[in-house]
Amino acid sequence: MLIHLPILQVIIPLLGAPLCLMVKGSRFVWGFTLLVSLLASMISVALLWQVEANGTLSYALGGWQAPIGIEYRIDILSAYLLLIVSCMSTIVLLGGYRSIEKEIPVSNQSYFYVAYLLCLAGLLGIVAAGDAFNVFVFLEISSLASYILIGLGKDRRALWASFQYLIVGTIGATFILIGVGYLYIMTGTLNMVDLAQRIPSVSESTTVLVAFAFLIVGVCLKLAMFPLHVWLPNAYAFAPSIVTAFLAASATKVAVYLLFRFSFGVFGIELTESILPLHEVFIGLGLAGVFAASLVAVFQQNIKRLFAYSSVAQIGYMIVGYGLDSVAGSMASLLHLFNHALMKASLFMALAAVVYRLGSVQLKDLAGLASVMPWTAAAIVIGGLSLVGVPLTVGFVSKWYLVLAALEQDLWWVALLLVVGSLLAIVYVWRIVEQMYFAPSTSGDQSDGTREAPIGLLTALWILVIANIYFGIDTRLPVGVAELAAEHIFGGRL
Amino acid sequence: MILDLFNYWIVVILMMVGLFIIVARGNLVKKIIGLNIFQTSVFVFYISVGKVQGGSAPILSDSIEVYSNPLPHVLILTAIVVGVATTALGLALVIRIKEAYGSVEEDELQVIDNQ
Repeated sequence: MLIHLPILQVIIPLLGAPLCLMVKGSRFVWGFTLLVSLLASMISVALLWQVEANGTLSYALGGWQAPIGIEYRIDILSAYLLLIVSCMSTIVLLGGYRSIEKEIPVSNQSYFYVAYLLCLAGLLGIVAAGDAFNVFVFLEISSLASYILIGLGKDRRALWASFQYLIVGTIGATFILIGVGYLYIMTGTLNMVDLAQRIPSVSESTTVLVAFAFLIVGVCLKLAMFPLHVWLPNAYAFAPSIVTAFLAASATKVAVYLLFRFSFGVFGIELTESILPLHEVFIGLGLAGVFAASLVAVFQQNIKRLFAYSSVAQIGYMIVGYGLDSVAGSMASLLHLFNHALMKASLFMALAAVVYRLGSVQLKDLAGLASVMPWTAAAIVIGGLSLVGVPLTVGFVSKWYLVLAALEQDLWWVALLLVVGSLLAIVYVWRIVEQMYFAPSTSGDQSDGTREAPIGLLTALWILVIANIYFGIDTRLPVGVAELAAEHIFGGRL
Repeated sequence: MILDLFNYWIVVILMMVGLFIIVARGNLVKKIIGLNIFQTSVFVFYISVGKVQGGSAPILSDSIEVYSNPLPHVLILTAIVVGVATTALGLALVIRIKEAYGSVEEDELQVIDNQ
């Protein structure tokens, strides 16, 4: 049983998806989906534990040994990502029942859970697969499912946002397919370990460079890296609240993983560092993303959209860490994956609670929210502080390591800009805090019975908020694993 | 020389045509068609890659020495299925957009949203 964990990680949600259709009653479907997701997170914990103890796991699908057969490969980086994705999915689902019940029409609810599990299976599959073509297939499974999830939003603009994401996402995925094709032409293999061994001997060829370009641009489209982020704000703003919380905490994280995996794991440091000037390009684009997206966020009236832009900005930090091209930089970037998943999940869960009670996420409707929904408002404040990077929250930890990584290379201007970028976050978080705590409550609020969010939603929300603080103080788990993962990919041991 | 790489020239032309349609056309159905042409170019690319000069279909037989490479063909079957699913989902979204907005023209949608 234990030896089959890598495949079970992917296959359980994949098989759970069609089974959802057989379960009757929305509460039971939700329970079933939660159970499947919980199983997936338990497996991911077991996998992380195994990988930490025994090193990389390799699983030969159907007993066919790699490189002929398809291989699932769980190294410390994959195990870390599996843990983030499956745990975030479980916590979001745990609190999501009432919100889903309210935002999704009853007739669509079982389909919602099917798409949710397919999306989860796709994301886990991308991380678990050790085969470049399988990555493409799982990417498309998760993308198709997420187009459906976004399109289920109540507002009709959700359909338009979903369509735009479909176009951009498909172009990105097809670029990845082209890149994989070029690599296959040059090396005759699709297995990532094999690719990593064979690419150095052909790394002078233009074809490999073109393959690299297609793969990186494709991944960056999925990643919503500035300036390829245009699809993200609307998709996040108009998707059902729970979907936004799930995707913000998982989908872009997996794309960042792919960026690391392809550039360091498959193409190797030598190619990434020496032949292409990626270093400067990515630091530049990452910083541009931090500033541009934060500035746009400051002027948003729709808070979901505001936090969507802030997601683009936070992705900028991860890109800077990647661009620093060192163990310290990668570690900071991987650490920020975990921390950003925590903060954005808690913020979007809080917004789900706001939508549940107020039916709106416009800034003006939040006036006096703190007096009617104190717990939700407090959660938004703590999530916001974490976003800014205040000490004792997770946001501080990853930004601290990022600044250290920049200083290590004497890039003091990068460090300075990172800090200034965080100050912009204070501006947009403050606008919300001011509205919630200091603006006079609009008269209608108390009389129409607005009160605190349902207990299930609050529980999940506060689990995330407490995790935001806990991992800001006791940083051993994320820092330890991120450090191992960064050393692992830089050691060239895939 | 050009004829030697005939398939690849077609691939490049189709790819550019597809991308151009996606970017330049405002009609959502036409965008989906452009997306399809774009994806098809990649399918043609993979299929051309698998062909070995003088090779036969990869069915084991004593009389044949050289086989074409079946792997890219198998891969692209999967990608075709993905493409079909994407098209279906895209068209379903277009229908829903038509119902919700009463239009499938990008510029009109933008006008309606900005009201």
